[in-house]
Amino acid sequence: MRSALSYLVVEELDKRFGDLHVLDRVSLAVAEGEVVALLGPSGSGKTTLLRLLAGFETPDGGAIRLAGDDVAGLPPARRRFGMVFQHYALFPHLTVGENVAFGLEAQRWPAERTTERVREVLALVDLAGFEGRRPGAISGGQQQRVALARALAPEPRVLLLDEPLSNLDPALRERTRRELRRAIERVGITTVLVTHEQEEAFDLGDRVAVLHRGRLEQVGRPEELYEAPATRFVAGFVGRASVLRGEADGPFGEGDPVEVRLGPRARWPAVAAFAAGEGAQPVEMAVRPEALAMRTEPLGDGDRGLAGEIVGRRYAGPMTLYRVALEAGGEVEVLAEERGLTRAAAAQEPLAVGARVQIAPRPDTAPPPRIFPSEAR
Amino acid sequence: MTPAQPPPAEARSRGGMPRLRRSLPWALLAALLAWLVGYPLAITLVESLTAPAAGAAAADAGWSLAGFAEFAGRPDEWLALWRTLWISAATVVLAAAVGVPLGFVFERAEFPGRRLLGALVALPVALPPLVGVIAFLFLYGESGFVSRGVQAALGLEEPPWRLIGGGAILLVHAYSMYVYFYLFTRAALARLDAALGEAAAALGATPRRTLVRVTLPLLRPALAGASILTFMTSLASFSAPYIFGGGFRVMTTQIVSSKLNGDLRMAQVETIVLAAVALAGLGLLQRTNRPAGVAGAVRGVAPARRRIASRGARTAAAVAGWGLAILLLLPHATVALISLVPPGTWTTEALPPELSLGNYAAVFSEPERLRPVGNSLWMAIVATVAAVGLGFAAARGAVVRGGRLGKLLESLISLPWAIPGTVFAVALAATFSVDRPLALRFLLIGTPVILPLAYLLRNLPLTGRAALSGLGQLDPALEEAAASLGASRWRALRRVVVPLVRPALAAGAALAFITALGDFVTSIVLYTFETRPISMEIVAALRLQELGVAGVYGVLLTAAGAAAFALYGRGEVAA
Repeated sequence: MRSALSYLVVEELDKRFGDLHVLDRVSLAVAEGEVVALLGPSGSGKTTLLRLLAGFETPDGGAIRLAGDDVAGLPPARRRFGMVFQHYALFPHLTVGENVAFGLEAQRWPAERTTERVREVLALVDLAGFEGRRPGAISGGQQQRVALARALAPEPRVLLLDEPLSNLDPALRERTRRELRRAIERVGITTVLVTHEQEEAFDLGDRVAVLHRGRLEQVGRPEELYEAPATRFVAGFVGRASVLRGEADGPFGEGDPVEVRLGPRARWPAVAAFAAGEGAQPVEMAVRPEALAMRTEPLGDGDRGLAGEIVGRRYAGPMTLYRVALEAGGEVEVLAEERGLTRAAAAQEPLAVGARVQIAPRPDTAPPPRIFPSEAR
Repeated sequence: MTPAQPPPAEARSRGGMPRLRRSLPWALLAALLAWLVGYPLAITLVESLTAPAAGAAAADAGWSLAGFAEFAGRPDEWLALWRTLWISAATVVLAAAVGVPLGFVFERAEFPGRRLLGALVALPVALPPLVGVIAFLFLYGESGFVSRGVQAALGLEEPPWRLIGGGAILLVHAYSMYVYFYLFTRAALARLDAALGEAAAALGATPRRTLVRVTLPLLRPALAGASILTFMTSLASFSAPYIFGGGFRVMTTQIVSSKLNGDLRMAQVETIVLAAVALAGLGLLQRTNRPAGVAGAVRGVAPARRRIASRGARTAAAVAGWGLAILLLLPHATVALISLVPPGTWTTEALPPELSLGNYAAVFSEPERLRPVGNSLWMAIVATVAAVGLGFAAARGAVVRGGRLGKLLESLISLPWAIPGTVFAVALAATFSVDRPLALRFLLIGTPVILPLAYLLRNLPLTGRAALSGLGQLDPALEEAAASLGASRWRALRRVVVPLVRPALAAGAALAFITALGDFVTSIVLYTFETRPISMEIVAALRLQELGVAGVYGVLLTAAGAAAFALYGRGEVAA
C-alpha cells in the first residue's frame, strides 16, 4: 500500500512570489490511478501547486517525484503531464482534430496512428466526428471535453485539471462533472484537480487536500474531512459550521472525547482535535447545523441547552436553516426539518424570527463536534 | 511508459535556468535597438552641445551652449517654434470638430450606404501625407478645380485665393487628421454599455443631458488618445508646411531648410528643440488626460443604431452622409483626374478639355520615371520586413521577459513614434556621415542603406505596437497548453503564437509598408539621386509643372494605401 501511495510525491514544496509565501512546505502523496482534489479558497495556493506540478512555475524548495524520479527540474514539455486549463486554452486557429493531435505531433507520432488516436479520444469524451469543427463553433461543455481529449491524447503520466467546471453554467456543470468522472475512471489515470467548490471536490476526488494560505491543512477522504476536520479552518470551510467558545479540562489527547463547558450549566460532548496538558483549556467548538436541536420549552434545571433568539430563517424545501443569536454571545446555525420540531411546539406557534428558543446537541448525532485550540487568545 | 531520467543536476539547471542566460538574447536585442533608435539621438544631442561658436575652429569644440544661444537669439526660430505649437493645438480642435460628430453619425444612426461610407471616410489615415497635400493643391490650389471654377464663375482676372500660409496648413491638417477622432469616437461608442444610457434615461435624464453627463465623460479617454495622436502628428507634420508654407516656417521645415543650407549644427540644435517639445508635449498630454478607470463602462451591449424613422429624415441623413464623404474623398478623386490630363492641354478652362492615359504610359515606359517606383518598393519592402522582425522580437521580449528589460524594449520600439521624422532624419544624417567603426558610426549617407534604415526606424512603432497588442491579447495559457503537450518553445512559437498574432502583424506591416512607400519627411533629408523615392519624384514633377506625372505617382500611392488599408481592416477584424 505504501508503494502504491508514492506514485506522485510532493515533498516540502515551497514557493514565494516576492514577499508572498504562496506555498509553505507542502507535502502530498498520490497513489497511481488516484484522483486527488485540491480544495481551498482563492489565494490558498492550490493553483500554484498545480502549476508547479505542470512545470509552469519553478519551486523555491522541495521536490516533485514521479515514480521515484525528481521531475521538478524538467520543463513542462518533457514532463508528460496532461493539463486541462480553466478556460481550456484550445488553439482557436486549429480544428478540434488538430487541437487533439497537437501533442501527438510534438511527440512525432506517425500520421496514421495520430488519426486513429484522435478518433479514439474524441470517442472517449463522446465527441466522435467533431474533428473538423473549430473550437469557436462548439458549446462550452464540448470545448471542455475537447480540452480533456487533447490532454489525454498523448497518454500523459498524470492528468492535471485547473477548475475544470468553473467555466460552465450551473445547469451544465453537474452533467459535465459526471462525464468527466466517467472519462477519468475509464482511463484510470492519476489525476490532480483544483477546485474551490466543495461539492466538486467531494464528487470527483478519491481524496481531498484542503489548502489555506499556502499550507496543507488536511488530506483525506471526503467523509474524514467532514466528520473529523483536523483544523478549525477545515471545519468551517468544508460544510457549514458555527463556532462556540468554551472551556475543556485537560489533559486530553487528540481524538479523545471531552466535555466542553459552554455556559453555567451547559456541558456538551465533543472530540478533541488537538492534545492539551493539565488545566482548563479555552477551546472553540465547531458545530454543524444538523447536529443541533432547537426547542421552545423554557430552560429546566440541569438542562444542557443554550438560550437564544431566532434572528434569521431560510426556508429550503425539505428543511429550514435558522440563525440563532445566543444570550451568551455569538450566533449559531441550526438545521431543522420543519416538522421535526416536537409536534406540540409546532402546533403552538410557528418558529419565526424573534422566537425565543433553546439550543442543544442532538442526542443521536454521530460523530460529536470537534474542538480546536482557541484562536482568540 | 519510460519516464525521462536526466541527471538531477542537469534537471535543476534547466528548470531554474539562470536568469542571465535567459535574458542575454533580450539584452542583445535591446542593445541593437538602442544603437538604432537611441544612439543617433544621443549623438545629435552631444553634437548640438559641442557646437563651436561662430568663427571658432571646429577642432577645439568643447561643451558649449553656443548653438542654443544662437537659436535663442534669432526671432525667426522663436517664430517657427510658436507657429508649430499653435498650428498643432488648432489642428486638434479642428480635427475634433470634424471627427467627433462624424463618429457619432456613423456609429449611432442607420442609413443606406453607412457601412461603405464609414470605411471610406477613414481612408485618409492610410494615405501618405504628401498625397493628401497634392490632392489639396489640385483641388483648392491656385490652379485647382475649385479655384478655377470660382474664377470662371465670377469672371475674375486672378485666382480668387492663394492656398498658402498657416490657414492652408491648418486646412490640410484638419482634413487628414479628423480620422483619428472619427475612429477613436466610433470605437469608444461601440464599446459603451447600452445600459448606461438606459439607466440615465430611467433616472429622468433627457437625451441631451445623457450626452453631456454620461456619454461624453465616458468618451474622454478615447478623445484624449485622439488628441495626443493628432497633436503629435501635427507637430511632426512636414509635407503640408513644405508645400503650402511658403515663408510660413514651422520647426520641421526650418530644420530641413537649415540642413539643406549646410548649417548642420543649427539643424541639430533645432532638432533637439523639436524633440524636446515633442517629448514634453507627450508627457504633459498623457498626464493631464490620464483616463479615469471606469471598469463597468466597457461591458455589456453597445447601444443599437437608431434607424431613423421618417423616410424624409432618412434620406436627408443619407444625403448628408454621402455629401460629407464625397467632400472628404474629393481630393483623392482629383488626383486621379489630374493623372489623366495630358501635359500642357489644360490652361484656362474650368475643366480639363482632354483626358488620356499618356502620363501613365510615360511613367511606365521611361525607365528613369519608373525607377523611383522600384526604389520605393524595394526600400519599403526591406524596411517593412525588418521592422516586422525586429518589432515582433522586441514585443515578444517585452511580454515574455517583462521586468525592466521588457519595459526598455517596449520603450525602444515606441520611442520613434514620439519623435518627429525630421528629427530622426537629421540624427541619422549626423550619426552616419562619418566612418568611425569603433564609435559604432559608419558611413551610410549616400549609400542605398540609409533610407531603408530610416524607414525601418519610423516603422518600428507601427509593427512593434501591433505585435505588442497581438501578443498582449494572447492567453498565456495557450503557450502553456502547447508546452504541457510536449511542444518545444520554438514549436509553440511557430504553431501557436505566430499564427495567432499574424492578423495583428499583418495590420502593422500594412501600415508600415504604406508609410515607407510614401515617406517624404526623412527622404528629403537622406535621399540620393540613385535611391530617390516616389515622394521626391512627386515634388520634382510639381516643380517642373508636370502635374499629370505627379498625379500618376499620387494614384499609385493611393492605390497601395487603399490595398494596405483593406488588409489592415481584415487584420483588425480577425484580431
